[in-house]
Amino acid sequence: MNIVDILEEIEKVDGEVYERFSPRRTAMKEFFNIGKKISLAAVPMALGSMFTKAYGQSTLPSGVKAVLQFALTLEHFEAAFYTQALKATGGADFPGSAQGTLDKTAIGIISGHETSHVNFLKGVIGSDAVAAKASYDWTASGAFPNPFAVGNYGIFLAVAQALEDTGVRAYKGQAPALVGQGGVLTAALNIHSVEARHAAKIRYMRAQNGFAIKPWITGGNDSGVPNAAAVYAGEETTTQATISIVGINGTAVNAAAASESFDEPLTTQQVLDIVKLFGIS
Amino acid sequence: MKNLQEENEMLQEESSIFNSTLQRRSFLQYAGAGAAGIALIAAGCKKDRNHPMEPGATGVTLDFKDDFGVLNYAYALEQLEAAFYIQVAATPYANISAAELAYFKDIQFHEIAHREFFKNALGAAAIGSLEVDFSKINFADRTSVLGTAKAFEDLGVSAYNGAGRLLKSAVYLTLAGKIVSVEARHAAYIRELISPNSFSNVEVVDMVNGLDKSRNPIEVLAIAGGFVKTKINVTNFNA
Repeated sequence: MNIVDILEEIEKVDGEVYERFSPRRTAMKEFFNIGKKISLAAVPMALGSMFTKAYGQSTLPSGVKAVLQFALTLEHFEAAFYTQALKATGGADFPGSAQGTLDKTAIGIISGHETSHVNFLKGVIGSDAVAAKASYDWTASGAFPNPFAVGNYGIFLAVAQALEDTGVRAYKGQAPALVGQGGVLTAALNIHSVEARHAAKIRYMRAQNGFAIKPWITGGNDSGVPNAAAVYAGEETTTQATISIVGINGTAVNAAAASESFDEPLTTQQVLDIVKLFGIS
Repeated sequence: MKNLQEENEMLQEESSIFNSTLQRRSFLQYAGAGAAGIALIAAGCKKDRNHPMEPGATGVTLDFKDDFGVLNYAYALEQLEAAFYIQVAATPYANISAAELAYFKDIQFHEIAHREFFKNALGAAAIGSLEVDFSKINFADRTSVLGTAKAFEDLGVSAYNGAGRLLKSAVYLTLAGKIVSVEARHAAYIRELISPNSFSNVEVVDMVNGLDKSRNPIEVLAIAGGFVKTKINVTNFNA
C-alpha cells in the first residue's frame, strides 16, 4: 500500500488530515528518517505509529477499526497455527517424502504471509491492537483430532484448509463495512485474495497427498470433515443477486461449476461461532 | 499499450471541448503526463474533428461515472478470460493430463458463469461482445497456455482488487469479492502447474506486508488490450 494513497483516502473522510500532520512535522520527519534506518519488516509498525502521533488515539472511524481488529484476531490465530506447524517438536507431522519437503516449504511461505498480515494490521490499528491469545485449542473443542499429533498430517491439512477458506469468507463478509474507505478497503482486498491463494494451495496439497479435492469449493462442505460444516454453510448456493447461474443463458454451467464460480461471505457472527471452538472470544 | 492510454486521454480532451465540463484538476492531471503525450493529443484532436467518432464503430466505452462502469469493466475481463479457456478446453495442448484438462474445463465454466452473470446483471447497460486476439498464444503448447493463463488470472485478481474502491454499492462490492477469490484460486493452481510453491510468490505478493497486487483500470487495460481487437475506451476515470 502506498502512503500517499492512504493520506488521500483519509483526506476524503477528514479534510484536515494535512493540518493535523502540519503542526507535527517532526512526526513525519521522524517517520521518514526512521524508514531509512529500520528494516522493511518494521515499516507497518512505523506507519501505524505515525498515524497515532498525528491523530492521537482511536482516530480510525470506529466501524473501520472494528473490522481491522476482527481481521487481526483471525490473523493472530492463523499465524499461531502455522508457527506451531513448523515447530521441530510438536509441529505438523510432515511426510519424509519429496512431497512432504515441498509442503513444508509452502507452509513456511503461508506462515510468513500471516505474520506479515498481523504486523501490517497492528501497524494500522495502533497501540490498542488486539493481542494474540496465549494458546489456542487446536482440536476446536474436540471437533477434530489434534492436527499436530504424530500420524495426523492429513488432519493438519484439513484444518488448514478450513482455516484458509474461513479466512477468505471472513474478509469477504467485512468488505461492505469498508465501502468508500479507499486505501483501507484495498488493503483488505489485497489480504483477501492472498488468503484465497493460500486456500487453493492447501487444497491442491491435499490432492497431491491423495485426498480428492479441488482448489475451488465444490458445493458446500467438501472438506471431508463433517464437523467443518459451519465453515462451508451457504457455499453451495447457485443463485447470485437473484440470477440463477445453472445453465445461465443456455450455457452448460452445471450446479457444481455454478457453486465453484462464486465464493460466499460469512457474517462476523458466523465467523466468531466457528473460531470460538478454538478458544477465541 | 501506450496507445490505449493516449487514446483515452484524447477521448477526455474531445469530450471536454464539446461539453466544457473539463475540470482544472483533471486537465492538470493529464497535462502533466509529458510533452510527448500532449503533442500526440494535439495531433489527435485535429484528426478526430475531421472524423467524428461514431459510437459503435469505435469499440466499447467503460464509463466509470457509476458502478455500471466498474461492472462493465469486470464484464470485459470475464469475456476475455472465458474466450481464452473455451479455446484451451476445445483445443487442449499436446499431452495434457486428464487432471489438467478436467480443471481447465472447470475454469472454463467458472469464467463463462462470471461472463453471463455480468451480462444478465447489467442488462441494457451491458457493453457489447469483445472480439479477442489470441494470435500471440500457441494453444498447442503447454508453456504458452499456462503462461497466458497465469498472466490473465494474476491480472484479474489485481483488477478486481483495484476496482473495489471504485464501487459505491456494498452489494456489488460483495459480488466482486465472490468472484475475485475464485480468480485467486485459479491463479494459485495455474502457478503451481508452472512452478511448485509459486502460488503467491514475490511476483504477486509483497513479502513485507503480505498484500496481493492491485491495478487500476488503465494499467489493466494496457495489458489486456493486447489480447482484444475491440477498442476499449475509458471515460470518467481519474487515476
